[in-house]
Amino acid sequence: MFSFIVKRLAIAVPTLLILVIFSFVLMFAAPGGPFDSERPLPPEVMANVLERYGLDQPYWKQMFDYVKNVVLHFDFGPSFQYRDRTVNDVIAQGFPVTLTYGAWSALVAVIVGVSLGVAAAIRQNTWLDYFAVGITIGAQALPNFVMAPILVLIFTLWLGWLPGGGWNGGQWDHVIMPVIALSTSYMASIARITRSSMLEVMNSNFIRTALAKGLPMRRVIWRHALKPAMLPVISYLGPAMVGMITGSVVVDVAFSTGGIGQFFVNSAFNRDYAVIMGITILVGALTILFNLLVDILYAWIDPKIRY
Amino acid sequence: MAMMGNSDVDLINDAAHLAEVRGRSLWQDAWARFFRNKAAVAGLIVLIAVTLFAIFGSYFAKYEPDFVDFSLMGANAYRGVPSIETGHYFGVDQDGRDLFARVVQGTGISLLVGVIGAIVAVFLGTLYGAVAGYLGGRVDSIMMRIVDILLSIPFMFVLILMLVIFGRSLLMLFIGIGLISWLNMARIARGQTLTIKNKEFVEAAIATGVSPFTIILRHIVPNLAGIVIVYATLLVPEIILFESFVSYLGLGVQEPNTSLGALINLGARQMNNGTLWMLLYPLAFFLITLFAFFFVGDGLRDALDPKDR
Amino acid sequence: MTFKTKLLATTAAALIATGGAVWADGHATHPVTGETLASEQSFSYSILDDFPSIDPQFVEDVEGSSVARDLFEGLMVESASGEALPGVAESFEVSEDGLTYTFTLRENAVWSNGDPVVAGDFVYGLQRAADPANASPYSWYIEVMGVENAGAVIAGEMPVEDLGVSAPDDRTVVYTIDAPRPYFPQMLTFPTTFPANRAAVEAGGDNYTDPGNFVSNGAYVLSEYVPGEKLVRVRNESYWNNDATIIDEVTALIINDSNQALTRYLAGEIDLVMDVPAGQFPRLSAEYPGEALSFPSSCSYYYLINHTDSGNPALQDPNVRAALSLAVDRGVIVDNILAGGQKEAYTFTHWAVSGWQTPDIDIASMSQEERNAKAQELMAAAGYGTDGEPLTVEILYNTSDSHRSIAVAIGQMWKQTLGVETELANQEWATYLDTRGEQNYQVARAGWCADYNEPSTYLDLFTSGSSYNDGKFVNEEIDALMAEAKTAEDAMPLYMEVERIASEETAIIPIYHYASVRMKDENLANWPTENFLQNWYSKDLYITAGE
Repeated sequence: MFSFIVKRLAIAVPTLLILVIFSFVLMFAAPGGPFDSERPLPPEVMANVLERYGLDQPYWKQMFDYVKNVVLHFDFGPSFQYRDRTVNDVIAQGFPVTLTYGAWSALVAVIVGVSLGVAAAIRQNTWLDYFAVGITIGAQALPNFVMAPILVLIFTLWLGWLPGGGWNGGQWDHVIMPVIALSTSYMASIARITRSSMLEVMNSNFIRTALAKGLPMRRVIWRHALKPAMLPVISYLGPAMVGMITGSVVVDVAFSTGGIGQFFVNSAFNRDYAVIMGITILVGALTILFNLLVDILYAWIDPKIRY
Repeated sequence: MAMMGNSDVDLINDAAHLAEVRGRSLWQDAWARFFRNKAAVAGLIVLIAVTLFAIFGSYFAKYEPDFVDFSLMGANAYRGVPSIETGHYFGVDQDGRDLFARVVQGTGISLLVGVIGAIVAVFLGTLYGAVAGYLGGRVDSIMMRIVDILLSIPFMFVLILMLVIFGRSLLMLFIGIGLISWLNMARIARGQTLTIKNKEFVEAAIATGVSPFTIILRHIVPNLAGIVIVYATLLVPEIILFESFVSYLGLGVQEPNTSLGALINLGARQMNNGTLWMLLYPLAFFLITLFAFFFVGDGLRDALDPKDR
Repeated sequence: MTFKTKLLATTAAALIATGGAVWADGHATHPVTGETLASEQSFSYSILDDFPSIDPQFVEDVEGSSVARDLFEGLMVESASGEALPGVAESFEVSEDGLTYTFTLRENAVWSNGDPVVAGDFVYGLQRAADPANASPYSWYIEVMGVENAGAVIAGEMPVEDLGVSAPDDRTVVYTIDAPRPYFPQMLTFPTTFPANRAAVEAGGDNYTDPGNFVSNGAYVLSEYVPGEKLVRVRNESYWNNDATIIDEVTALIINDSNQALTRYLAGEIDLVMDVPAGQFPRLSAEYPGEALSFPSSCSYYYLINHTDSGNPALQDPNVRAALSLAVDRGVIVDNILAGGQKEAYTFTHWAVSGWQTPDIDIASMSQEERNAKAQELMAAAGYGTDGEPLTVEILYNTSDSHRSIAVAIGQMWKQTLGVETELANQEWATYLDTRGEQNYQVARAGWCADYNEPSTYLDLFTSGSSYNDGKFVNEEIDALMAEAKTAEDAMPLYMEVERIASEETAIIPIYHYASVRMKDENLANWPTENFLQNWYSKDLYITAGE
């Protein structure tokens, strides 16, 4: 197990390096720089600007310095676009926001999704099952950028219950709609996966035996069926959690929550490579971490897996 | 939004594995099972209908998709309500163009993006996985390590970057989506190849001195067909969804072309302005298409997996 | 002749006019209008993008400037209608040759940390903006002002001390400029020229602009800034004219999507929306009379034509250019697509520029049918279009919904009237600027906003020497006229001649003159709708008690 973790972490290094190189290549290949404006800067001012950000150095040196600063000082450098801020400031600002609604969304998606899936499976081919299947397929197909304005229309404009956007330090009423918009499609996927794996488990010999022995249904489900049925759900959690972080691109734009998604999109449009790279590397690292956590969880639940 | 999860991969692996064991009669069995599944058949019919709509719909449109009616655009778009008399069956869009013609065009392009994206992914993934699995040993482990590394890259972000920096084009979109989607296919294909490669017919081929490349193309890849079809069917709606997501950020299919995602996005922006049809028609086609693909994909998977569900 | 301006008198008048809220019956009333004021004097407004910077010397966008003008006060401030009024300066004198301005500072001006505002703070501020080490994106503004040695200092060829601004004593700021500029005092309302507190700048370092560190001398101080979400400023108790300030707290909300901002406004979360989605004004003003506002703003929207060899060869033919311009039905664009009080443009200079009289030009007085007929005639003469050689023109625009709508419409106008096909290409802002600057386009969408309230701020773009002349249009007559206008007693007739030539040659295709469309809560009073450059000060606003 330990050697497995080490091996997985070892992948992190080349992955992150590839991300850095890739971002740099894009940056050098791209037309238009972060300091272009309708009114071109006089050449001498432009030279000063480039010097200030170290962009007058040869490419390899820029890349080397960047990696050095990130590794040694955890310093992602100054933002090109926001003069008064560093990339670390931007991440410190946006990341907790994204993490907050991301974590709530994950929780909601798992709890609702698993409950719905299990309920549908044990009541297979009843109205409950059809209802659950219908809801989950609908929820999977409805893009969250359509759902977001509908939610705002209902809860903000018509009912006046929730604020239509903003974050306000993560006050609960600002969190609800982003969580609904972000979690719904994952909830649906989890419900579908749970349903089919639960059906499979319920039809397996050991559960049939348990039921035949007269054990009560509820106990069989809780004690025996749920754990193996959760395995596919767990392996889905890795990509799902990453999806919730990257999904912040839509949520932030739709609700002005100010998470990293918003900063990423704005930086991409404004050629703020420093912020782009900082966020990409951070999310890359998180992806690796989530996948590792999922693998560990998987091994812990499924005793058959040996690493 | 996330690409296919591992559990789907597992299910597909099971399905293909069992199918393979059953041998020749597999396809007939699967076919029969598929047609007993009402939802799947309905999905297939809808899919055929949607495809026909995308191909022949333009013959029924009274206007070209790029024709602007200047009296029905912008602030006057609210007058372009759906109507049989005016020939704007689905109304007009914000720019005064016939929404019916636009939906026909958008449906076609969405299908095209989904299908081509899936084909690229399946082609690359199958070949890569088959090679890795067949050659085995160190090559295999290096190749799969590369897949692991690529899977850890936040591709949504990378795709946004590529589209912003290199400009939006259909080609870039295909490349971006194809790059993301082939990874899971590669893993599935490798898993299957590992079981196939020990079969007698492969060993016989090796013994008669057939080159590894020919074996992969002639004997391994054809035996992956079942799995590939299922994966591709489930991948198409994922990619259509993905494209809509990219369109929301303004990076998807560009003018004068359009996709359902782009139309939905434009419609959603006008949601409060009394022109709800701009959202509802493209959204309806979008949902119908996705449902159909989901049902057909599920049906195919169940058909190839004889476990009774 | 040295003349003393009448600033002193106006100061006194201004002080009386805004002598603070008067409390009566437990409700405050406005000192001038006598309106009942709301007990809570705070408002929020939405903007589309986060501020690149709020540090006055580095501010580069309109919204950042508004924040800087609230937090800081320059030598001069603007009245609601855009005239220069005394700010920290109490009065100023101009030398006879018009090259030296001497400002006397008021005694009671203090920083939010209690330090007095001294002349050295203004000198330091301007030097900070010009210092090449700081690389301010707006250092060029000091050159436009004509401050002596600005160019050399910015290029790093001279030390910042040589910049033409000095402080002989704590209450006197002296500016030396290179040529007389009647609008010079007006330029001192711009944030680049604001003072800076050296001690705070040096102590703050990288965190200088954080709330608490950001020492300012304006009517407000920064109290909270959450990047990407909001910026809050509150009353500055140490401001010299604090008694006249009525609004206690102002919140700027950053909302990237204008539809969303509108929804939140309608839900009552926001008092003022800076950018209302295009085309919604007629509906909004019908549904919310008194809340939807439209007023001229200083920009012109036009299609740039690439006159170089890298462009479309057909566009070298003046007839083709004229035909394309004639075939654009500006009425449709202004009334249908934008529908927010924008005006059709047939010439470049914005109609509302002070003292400007738009010249009479044929194309402006024709009906659209006449224009279309003439366009077809010209196109046929040039041998392109419906009966001639097929012509395809590529339109480049920077990504945005309304630019797209306009490009789609114009493409159709050309197609329906002239049989000219179009291809649309949209690029992200930075890429687009690059493409445009390198003349890699045929026709490109462009906009130009006034830097100061005078026609040359637009017309300089037609000169061959302008670095913003991205179409590379060259006309010797225009160059000569513009050179002459620099020293002319009355430059207006020359400017009109320039417009006439540009129109005859179809140097560009003018499309419309901007208007700003805003949604504003009716209780938020005294919004400066007359200010052409859209500069506003929170200290001049107040909130009335609703019915």
